[in-house]
Amino acid sequence: MLISVHGMKKDEEHGGSNPYQCSDKTSVLQEARVFNETPVNVKRSTHVLTKILYLLNQGETLGTKEATDVFFAMTKLFQSNDIILRRLVYLGIKELCSVAEDTIIVTSSLTKDMTGREDQYRASAIRALCRITDASMLQAVERYMKQAMVDRTSGVSSAALVSCRHIAQHSPDVVKRWVAEVQEAVHSDNVMVQYHGLGMLYQIRKSDKLAVTKMVSKLISSGMRSPYAICLLIRIVAKLIAEEESSAGERSHLMEFLESMLRHKSEMVVYEAANAVVALSAATTTTTTTTTSRDLVTAISVLQLFLSSPKPTLRFAAVRTLGKVAMTQPAAVTACNLDLENLLQDVNRSIATLAITTLLKTGSEGSIDRLMRSIAAFLNDISDEFKIVVVEALRSLALQYPRKQALLMGQLADMLRNEGGLAYKEAIASTIITIIEDNPDAKEKGLDHLCEFIEDCEHTTLAVRILHLLGKEGPRTSRPARYIRFIYNRVILENAAVRAAAVSVLARFGAQCPDLLPNILVLLQRCMLDTEDEVRDRSTYYHAVLSTRDPAIIARCILNPPMYSLSSLERALLSYLSSDTTKAFDASCVPAAPPPAASASLSSAASSITAAISGPEDVTSAVPALQQEKRSVSMHDKYAERLAAIPAFAGLGPLFKSSAPVELTESETEYVVRCVKHTFLGHIILQFDCTNTLNDQLLEDVSVVVEEDGSNWQILQTLPCASLPYSCPGTCYVLLAIPEDIMSTTGTFTACLKFQVRDCDPITGEPETEDGYGDDYTLEDIEISVSDHVSAAQRSNFAAAWEELGPGSELEDTFALTSLSSLAEAVTQVTNFLGMQPCDRSEKVPDGKNSHTLYLAGTYRGGQSVLVRAKLALSDGVAMQLTVRSTDPAVSEVIASAVG
Amino acid sequence: MSGLFEPTLYMVKGMAILDSDGNRLLTKYYDPTIFPSVKEEKKFEKQLFNRANAEITMINRLTCVYRSNVDLYFYVIGSSQENELILQSVLNCLYESVSTILRKNVEKRTLLDNLDIIMLAFDEICDGGIPLETDPQVVAQRVSLRVEESPFNDQTVTQLKQKIGSTTGAVLQSAREQLKWSLLK
Repeated sequence: MLISVHGMKKDEEHGGSNPYQCSDKTSVLQEARVFNETPVNVKRSTHVLTKILYLLNQGETLGTKEATDVFFAMTKLFQSNDIILRRLVYLGIKELCSVAEDTIIVTSSLTKDMTGREDQYRASAIRALCRITDASMLQAVERYMKQAMVDRTSGVSSAALVSCRHIAQHSPDVVKRWVAEVQEAVHSDNVMVQYHGLGMLYQIRKSDKLAVTKMVSKLISSGMRSPYAICLLIRIVAKLIAEEESSAGERSHLMEFLESMLRHKSEMVVYEAANAVVALSAATTTTTTTTTSRDLVTAISVLQLFLSSPKPTLRFAAVRTLGKVAMTQPAAVTACNLDLENLLQDVNRSIATLAITTLLKTGSEGSIDRLMRSIAAFLNDISDEFKIVVVEALRSLALQYPRKQALLMGQLADMLRNEGGLAYKEAIASTIITIIEDNPDAKEKGLDHLCEFIEDCEHTTLAVRILHLLGKEGPRTSRPARYIRFIYNRVILENAAVRAAAVSVLARFGAQCPDLLPNILVLLQRCMLDTEDEVRDRSTYYHAVLSTRDPAIIARCILNPPMYSLSSLERALLSYLSSDTTKAFDASCVPAAPPPAASASLSSAASSITAAISGPEDVTSAVPALQQEKRSVSMHDKYAERLAAIPAFAGLGPLFKSSAPVELTESETEYVVRCVKHTFLGHIILQFDCTNTLNDQLLEDVSVVVEEDGSNWQILQTLPCASLPYSCPGTCYVLLAIPEDIMSTTGTFTACLKFQVRDCDPITGEPETEDGYGDDYTLEDIEISVSDHVSAAQRSNFAAAWEELGPGSELEDTFALTSLSSLAEAVTQVTNFLGMQPCDRSEKVPDGKNSHTLYLAGTYRGGQSVLVRAKLALSDGVAMQLTVRSTDPAVSEVIASAVG
Repeated sequence: MSGLFEPTLYMVKGMAILDSDGNRLLTKYYDPTIFPSVKEEKKFEKQLFNRANAEITMINRLTCVYRSNVDLYFYVIGSSQENELILQSVLNCLYESVSTILRKNVEKRTLLDNLDIIMLAFDEICDGGIPLETDPQVVAQRVSLRVEESPFNDQTVTQLKQKIGSTTGAVLQSAREQLKWSLLK
């Protein structure tokens, strides 16, 4: 007795404990045997089934066999008529149908429930059934689904519509046949049915603009009861307006509707309408109609009212949307500044942060000082993610008002010293770096702050990044010696990765500051005693290089080390190993790594909230930047692999460069052809990607015939594409030999698509005739220019590389680019024309200057490095003095002759 | 097309009920692209629990609305572009339905005792990301099947059964302990 009391007490102590916690998968699956009892033990089965569902919800996964076993055991429970148990079985079916096999077995049971009289079953049975059916089985239940959609019980009708929407994801065609029933549902009295009906109707109609327009105008005039449906309708209307395909009359009618919804009695609708108006005014600034700007004012005043609402959700929504407006039209939000400033004291810090970021955008230069003080006050009690948002706002502010940079820099330095995670610190550091890059005057101050920061920085990646920046910028400041102490401290105090980075940075100082060199050598010598291999290796290497005191070697090994694209280097080495290894490996054909994406791309954490404020397109713009970088590397690999697989092109050596695809046809023509030029050491392959857009034609034996005006180029081979059915892209190739004479390696080719046509059935694609007839189709000309022979290369220190090449092969010429009107335009033109990489951030032309120097680096087809210095001056057009240096005088000549 | 949302019924990205330690009691995510696996889901729930102490906040590009009572924490999650008021209405429905089902005893113990009904309610509120019903009375009515038949019996029976179960477990346990101690002596 005593023991049992003790036990009870123990249980009591665990008052809130979870009876499901202790259950583990195996024992629960054992317990599932109870499902097989006849008659069904309702109580136990309900409990065990709940346990199983709980386990699945906790993230436990079942194997296919386990899931199938449970599934089949569960089907036995259909014998019981207990409502809860039956409904749990539906849940179980939905949970397990993705894992278990042969789930179709329950179709008949579910169909019975769905058509039965018990309302409690029907709705859920429909939803469960639609999870396990596929398109082929839908036909069998189609009739019931149609009935259910217009059922007078709202739950059944909603369930049918929602399931229908899920089915539309994978088999849209079946659903289209149900349009009449869906239409009826839209006019239902029930709030949710109306909403689901509209969503479904739009899904069916959305590819047909005209039908959507009709649907919308009908719904606008008839009016809807459900606020959810109205919100959806507002989104549809906004989309119609934004697509700008409707006539002006229709658009003003639609705008009128949005405007009227700003006065709706439901806050949800009012907010949705205000949000739509705001988004539209940002999207259509180019074609602003008078209605839009007036409506924007109304929308903003509605949002302004929300700002002082007692409901936090409403305040949050309003301030988020206003933040969005502030991105594009800060002036429109200034009216709300006072309300926004009140929100800085909001207990919900998310709202306060959104308010301050909005204020930072709308505030004038004069209000910055005040805002800074309030930021300092509340930074401590918001989470990192929001701090990052504030940092991002500061960054754009700094770029907007250069005169306030000193103040902002001080604020940032303070923030850097305070507590915070890696992402936050990274955001601050990169903001400081942006300011440094943008404004040379701020450089030394910024570097000082960063130096101070790395003295006490626990994040390895960040420390390494800052050290790298120091190595780049430090030697060019007025007093480089002051940074040495900070850098060498890292060698003494930090972990191996940071120590290694610090050693490299020391070497860069040594290479660029001759008066520091003896001291640096001593420091490097000490680093050779490090415990870590990498650090010792680096210091030994740099010490040896620096001890030579030969500027050329130092430049090549420290200031501008070769930067290969690693995947290409790996491939080149593998092919070298598999061939003749008696000759030394020639690295000149390995393409250089593409320049990293601009540092402007925000750290991923930071963009999270910024994205929320700025709208979805900004999220996507940050992501593709990274993807693009990856793509350009992998594109080269992909092309190389594809070409290497063609036997005719086996002996051409490694692929040097592939151009971006050039369209040789208009986009909406019968045949679409694009051309990619692949440059090899002595050959160029023209790759033609062709698409046949006629569904009643099958093209065979497709080839592109090219002819050159002069007679320098020799066409070695043409590889046709055997067959080109409708909408399946095919590829044919032409192989050209590059002329020996380096001065005649450019040219223009006329191109013509030649093929045999066979008419075919548009639906099946089966050809109707035995023989085809020949036909051709003229394409646009193909241009091979200098840029096809040059690939972009990186030089982290242009001056050193320039000195290293020396004036031996220098060529200089002056040009007048009369057609251009600005320096920025000239910079892009010259860069694109030569296909080279701008160095030392010379692609950015500072505002208000009338002269600029552009530095370009590249590699010529044979591996010769080429550097170009273009001095640009604005004078009745742009005057350019072009200086070219290269390892090969002939190459210099080609580049110099290319312009003009 | 900036800031404009594709008109779709799929408005909810997830719903969650957590306990006072931040552990998941019942959660459901409707967009497999946000959380590829359970690991990320649980990580997110931890963040949610630690960070969302206000009615509304933003985490990982998601807007989260929140409400709590005693030892239960309710969340509804949507895209950061979503109309917050719609999410709020879903959350209200979730909370109020649970409250009605549990007869205003919104706490962990009662929730677990009625977990089966709560699961059904969860399923009635949101189906695959589409808000299915937002009126808590309707939801409660659609799932409050047992209460109508026999208001108290079942609940008490299950409770009793659990108690008996744990008591016998405890008896065995302490008998084992005693044996162990006597052997050690």
